[in-house]
Amino acid sequence: MKEPEIDDLKKLLKESLLPVRGSELERDLWPAMLHRFDQRTFRVPWWDWTLLAAAAGLLFFFPGIIPALLYHL
Amino acid sequence: MELLERFAAGDLEAFESLFRQHQGEVYRWIMRIVRNPATAEDLTVETFWRMYRAHARFDPAKGNCGAWLRRIATNAAIDHLRRARREISLPDDFAAEARQPPGEQFELRREILRAMNRLSPRVRAVILLALVEEEPYERIAQALGISENAVKVRVFRGVRILRKTLVQAGVYP
Repeated sequence: MKEPEIDDLKKLLKESLLPVRGSELERDLWPAMLHRFDQRTFRVPWWDWTLLAAAAGLLFFFPGIIPALLYHL
Repeated sequence: MELLERFAAGDLEAFESLFRQHQGEVYRWIMRIVRNPATAEDLTVETFWRMYRAHARFDPAKGNCGAWLRRIATNAAIDHLRRARREISLPDDFAAEARQPPGEQFELRREILRAMNRLSPRVRAVILLALVEEEPYERIAQALGISENAVKVRVFRGVRILRKTLVQAGVYP
């Protein structure tokens, strides 16, 4: 392929897709970054802890259900 | 301790300093590839998130944080182009949208966007950076982690596909 062919296409592209070289960031993204950290931090919701406590209590007070539970797993 | 060493050790304050130093530069680089401000903002955050997760692999002795970030940013932008290609038929283009060309010009731009969308994300990124934004091949090569010759090959390949697609659509560049 010849250089003029590339130049012709370059001209066409630049006319249709304006360069965005001058685009500047208009706000500080640090708050968004912190939000991203919060999203990714592993948190167990309180109701999960409640369910876990209830299940543990059930097994502690009624150990007879353990074999039945294991049979169904 | 140096800022980069503190970052490599996982210090969040050092990361914040680096974030504030480089966020504008990373945003501008991503903007050149995805050409949409909202997407570029999201991908800037994604880039720094990837950077933070990889802090243990960063070698402060090599020192060039900007080049490392540009490479992560390029990969994040290409991943976005790959997803966007599956989801939408035409790419976003903020700069071209803003200009609103009338009639024939609008049709021409639509054909060009369609042709661009047929390129693979890696080739499209190279075409945008090399031909539209006129970034030096050396800088593009660094950002993609390939040689300058490989960049030239991608430019040639991209130009060939674009010309073929445009000719088929009745546009003669």
